[in-house]
Amino acid sequence: MTKTKQKGLRALKFLFLLLLAILFLVPILLVFMNSFKSKFYIIGSPFSLPNSETFAGIENYIKGLSSSGFFAAFGRSVFITVFSVLLIVVCTAMTAWFIVRVKGKFTKLLYYLFVFSMIVPFQMVMFTMTYIVNAISFNNPIGIVFVYLGFGAGLSVFMLTGFIKSVPLEIEEAATIDGCNPLQTFFLVVFPILKPTAITVAILNAMWIWNDYLLPYLILGTGQKTVPVAIQIAMQGAYGSVDWGGFMAMLVLAIIPIIVFYISCQKYIIKGVVAGAVKG
Amino acid sequence: MHKNLKRYFPVFALPTCAAFAMAFLIPFVMGIYLSFTKFTTVTNAQWVGVQNYITAFTADNNFINALWFTVKFTVVSVISVNVIAFFLAMLLTRPMKGTNLFRSVFFMPNLIGGIVLGYIWNLLINGILSYYGVDITYSAKYGFWGLVVMMNWQLIGYMMVIYIAGIQNIPGDLMEAASIDGAGPVKTLFKITIPMVMPSITICTFLTLTNSFKLFDQNLALTAGAPGRQTQMLALDIYNTFYGKIGWQGVGQAKAVVFFIIVAVIAFLQLYLTGKKEVEQ
Repeated sequence: MTKTKQKGLRALKFLFLLLLAILFLVPILLVFMNSFKSKFYIIGSPFSLPNSETFAGIENYIKGLSSSGFFAAFGRSVFITVFSVLLIVVCTAMTAWFIVRVKGKFTKLLYYLFVFSMIVPFQMVMFTMTYIVNAISFNNPIGIVFVYLGFGAGLSVFMLTGFIKSVPLEIEEAATIDGCNPLQTFFLVVFPILKPTAITVAILNAMWIWNDYLLPYLILGTGQKTVPVAIQIAMQGAYGSVDWGGFMAMLVLAIIPIIVFYISCQKYIIKGVVAGAVKG
Repeated sequence: MHKNLKRYFPVFALPTCAAFAMAFLIPFVMGIYLSFTKFTTVTNAQWVGVQNYITAFTADNNFINALWFTVKFTVVSVISVNVIAFFLAMLLTRPMKGTNLFRSVFFMPNLIGGIVLGYIWNLLINGILSYYGVDITYSAKYGFWGLVVMMNWQLIGYMMVIYIAGIQNIPGDLMEAASIDGAGPVKTLFKITIPMVMPSITICTFLTLTNSFKLFDQNLALTAGAPGRQTQMLALDIYNTFYGKIGWQGVGQAKAVVFFIIVAVIAFLQLYLTGKKEVEQ
């Protein structure tokens, strides 16, 4: 009796989770579905399935995207994300090692400044930061990579110093005795040990930079759109004449890389995000 | 050891420090100074004392309204996200068919960016409301609950994963001892599970609190503050003060300083209060 009861309870639990999972997927599926409907049939009836009258094939993807410069935005986003993440991982790892190994008042101060920057909301610095970046002409896709280094430094240095403290000093000493200079010691000995934390740092920064809207909007403006900026502009700048078909296609193309990235390295992502949360 | 490492400062730390100074440190110091001045382009700043702070609170109700809206939103979000995420974590801790798939599905929305997220829910909510002949900008109530539902969708999976890790860390013999002593499921939950996962609760509360309080992208994409400015949260109000009215940059900067102070106080208070309830293991 109790066994069947338990079985029934488990089935109920499974059913409940299944329903909830479907509910969680509905918003994303809704966008996918509507991206294949003709633009006049989206806003009024987003829940109706495409039929012979409303089905538009991949027309939205072709027309909507080529007209709004979305592909250029996509390429720009990829460029900025990849190079920012590379720069952040290498530079902050070096800085974190420097902070841990050179003990002194100055490195301690540096460390606390990096940690402090994590709690300051972006709105606090956005106006003055934009001013400085414009003044030194860093307001282009290459300059913004350095701006991201500055904003990503807080969390990255914090996480990496936490890990480096657990790296035994003996290994580095051995390398020094063998004739390595600090640069060689770092790249040949220390950096390989840092790999797990470096991957975490890379994932956290990649997700943030790919999705970031306000910073690229303020620095690059609408002339050099990234994906989130292109989406916001398509909606805001159109004043009532939004091409909903093209817009749905944009949303789908913004989500697909994230889903592919997620499916291909899910383990690392979940681990990385949780590690970032626990330490941040 | 590493006696000559200090000399390598330009190689190891200078690039990061320079970028950090440009993006954060100098703008932060300038921001504090400019909040006491009237300016339009930074270079033409004139000292006005605390006038900007007074104007921020008294010239109109925008800032106070945004603050109140943000607080309400944050309270409702923190409670709903954490309760649901904890409940789901309890359901998904023991291995069963499909556990991993469920976890993956619940976690996924967290990776989608705020702007995209806002427009996905804009489509969904407006689609539902269109059956009643209205849309999300019809009433501030719709905007509020729309934001709450969206926030739950985004954060539940993330918090769930942290709770699962916390629950799995509870030693099995503790649970066993409780069941031998005759504790029922409810008693076990309140006397063992919850006290033992207090560190996770601290982290999750802290994360949802700051995430909700600093919300910007989702707010902009879902309602942009409409109707009127009724669903405008603090970050969006600061943005609109900076870039919406010429000559109000100083007021915007003053609001940003107030915003920063609130966020900092919450961060410290939260860690201090919940830190005390953690069980030593």
